[in-house]
Amino acid sequence: MANVTTIANDQDEKLIQELGFDDHFHEHEHADKYKSNFIMKYIFSMDHKIIARQFLITGMFWALIGASMSIIFRLQLGFPEENMSWIKPLLGKWIEINPDTGIGTLAPEFYYALVTMHGTIIVFFVLTAGLSGTFSNLLIPLQLGARDMASPFLNMLSYWFFFLSSVIMFYSLFLSTGPFAGGWVAYPPLSALPQASDGSGTGMTLWLLSLVFFVVSVALGGVNYVTTVLNLRTKGMNMWRMPLTVWAFFITAIIALLSFPVLVSGFLLLMADRSLETSFYLSEIFIGGQALDHVGGSPILFQHLFWFLGHPEVYIIILPAMGLTSEVLSVHCRKPIFGYKAMVYSMLAIGFLSFLVWAHHMFMSGLNPFISNFFVVFTLIIAVPSAIKVFNWISTMYKANIRFNAPSMFAIGFVSMFISGGLTGIFLGNSAIDIQMHDTYFVVAHFHIVMGVAAFFGMFAGIYHWFPKMFGRFMNDTIGKIHFWGTMIGAYCIFWPMHYLGMAGVPRRYYRFDNFDTFSQFADMNMFITIAAIITFGFQLLFVINFFHSIWKGKKVTSKNPWGANTIEWTTPIKAGHGNWPGKLPTVQRWAYDYGKDGREFISQVEPLKEGESDQGH
Amino acid sequence: MEIAIEQNNSRNKIHPQKFALLVGCGSLLMMFSAFTSAYIVRQSGGNWLEFPLPQVFTYSTLTIILSSITLHGSYLSFKKGNEALYKGLLLATFFLGILFFVFQFQGWQALADMGVPFTLHPAGDFVYMISWVHAAHVLGGIAILAVAMIHAFGLKFKVTKKRTLRFNLSLTYWHFVDLLWVYLFLFLTLYR
Repeated sequence: MANVTTIANDQDEKLIQELGFDDHFHEHEHADKYKSNFIMKYIFSMDHKIIARQFLITGMFWALIGASMSIIFRLQLGFPEENMSWIKPLLGKWIEINPDTGIGTLAPEFYYALVTMHGTIIVFFVLTAGLSGTFSNLLIPLQLGARDMASPFLNMLSYWFFFLSSVIMFYSLFLSTGPFAGGWVAYPPLSALPQASDGSGTGMTLWLLSLVFFVVSVALGGVNYVTTVLNLRTKGMNMWRMPLTVWAFFITAIIALLSFPVLVSGFLLLMADRSLETSFYLSEIFIGGQALDHVGGSPILFQHLFWFLGHPEVYIIILPAMGLTSEVLSVHCRKPIFGYKAMVYSMLAIGFLSFLVWAHHMFMSGLNPFISNFFVVFTLIIAVPSAIKVFNWISTMYKANIRFNAPSMFAIGFVSMFISGGLTGIFLGNSAIDIQMHDTYFVVAHFHIVMGVAAFFGMFAGIYHWFPKMFGRFMNDTIGKIHFWGTMIGAYCIFWPMHYLGMAGVPRRYYRFDNFDTFSQFADMNMFITIAAIITFGFQLLFVINFFHSIWKGKKVTSKNPWGANTIEWTTPIKAGHGNWPGKLPTVQRWAYDYGKDGREFISQVEPLKEGESDQGH
Repeated sequence: MEIAIEQNNSRNKIHPQKFALLVGCGSLLMMFSAFTSAYIVRQSGGNWLEFPLPQVFTYSTLTIILSSITLHGSYLSFKKGNEALYKGLLLATFFLGILFFVFQFQGWQALADMGVPFTLHPAGDFVYMISWVHAAHVLGGIAILAVAMIHAFGLKFKVTKKRTLRFNLSLTYWHFVDLLWVYLFLFLTLYR
């Protein structure tokens, strides 16, 4: 592979021997316990590298389910008249066959269930657990020079709570009344009254239960990430020498720890409304002409609690992708990341501001317009740190000798997606423009590009880049490039036209448009979007095949540092065992971005500073 | 089961497990501040029910403050090697913890007796929900104290690093649920 630097570099090993730090780790007997048997090694593993792979593969499973759901509801939107009876073997009673014509149609209530589950699955299970869970676990200890997480036991529990939560959610898909169907935001009264719709009964109960376990998983993981970053850095690894990936995971974990508990509070009150007859969110409601006993509640209260998590959640999704992109871009551009400290401060600013903007999701909920102004201002200020980051990524690429391979192309694709999706955020952040745009396809286009596709691109960049570290083999780069171009072009074909639909006022979450005179003119555009979605989904299958094929049959990694990267995860053996480094722990001597310095292509973090050389991390 | 790997390269004075516990407590604090924020938002929406907080919640507050003091005393005596005081104060804490529970229960009954039963109005329901969720965390604390008692009375008395740390973690959590209740009590008293 032309793109791969293969330098027989045993210099790092010598440096670790000479300058490394002996923590007597391998003299302890407990190291063996982790390898004792199959169950402890691969299933209830406490090794962060295995847990990372568990998160990744579970996340990929969910991504396939979530994406397949979107294909089914896109078929409905693109081809509302088409006979769907061919999916009846899969969906059963949710395909209703007209006895006269024999034409099968998707049941409207299941359409809503699909939309709801697609959102829940992709936001929480794929882009939170699958992205942050995978790479925080893999990279925090490896890039900081730690033997493992602060608490491997809690780390193991974190995965298994996620697994339990997954099982419950998966089970809810097969209920005879269907899974929850009131939108992934679960607004009351649809979520609070079991009699409100089919999915609001058992489906919603399981949805809530699943997400509470999910929050437990996130909290256990987050406590571990924060503690590990602050306490278990190896000698010499001060905060300003940490790679941007670790900074991103660290800030993400703090945001998650502060925002997810608020969601739990909201859920506990919702559960009380559902099961204990309280009225926190319900007021003066009639169902089927019958007045309910619930008086005195406010459904807007739930929206406040939900979006206090919900908005930080989008940064929980995007910050790890930003971190991965920064690292991958720098390595494959062979240039130091431009504006390292500005990158860190921008992430901190984004993290801070993320808690002050939640009500921009509620401009049209009857919020006082004067209060809206406050949220407009803070929302637009987020554009500043975001723009700084974009500028720095572009400056990193400027005049760089970029290696164009799958990881770097996905990282560049991330920047592209983040710009196009971010700019439409400036439209939506204005409460006046939001009057026209809210609840239209413009919103769908905006958040899918900026936090859906962009986060997936960051994740793909990370997977292609660290696959050699995870499995000791490379993924096929040619298929990777095909995957990139298919996804890049496909994603724009899906979401670009949606902006036009949205500006014309086409509302989201509608089952079909062909019986509205105003919207039926967009039938062809909807058809185009659906075809683009199906093709793009096909390219993702290519990725899955490449992934699993490469685990067993990929090209073997022959040198420890195949990309010529500076960070210390590449000083571990190709297949690192428990404890990561076989002997001493490396001591870090410099920041992570000395590329193209002093006429050398890269200088590993374990190499001491020369006389008079200044460390840019300080 | 080995909970954490011995990592000697930890340079901070605070033990990683203690730090993790504090981070977790911070997260729990967010959950309760969400409850109290929701309370304020809902209260400012009007249509609010006004009633005084029952007297017995004052007793429960004093009880849990006292239990924190006894547990702290027990921890200090443990470190000094004073076995009798350590065991006595731990036992006292355990019973004070249970007494707190009894007082909370009486508080809920007093609320219902004064005409604010559960599900009557969100104003009352908030008091119930907040104190229930807090009580669930105290229950966890009592379970931890029970484990500490098993160690105190089942194992031979010996001051080791591992046991000091374990005791310190239990103490931190107990102080946390104590302070949390003091905050909630003051909040519920002041925001009537």
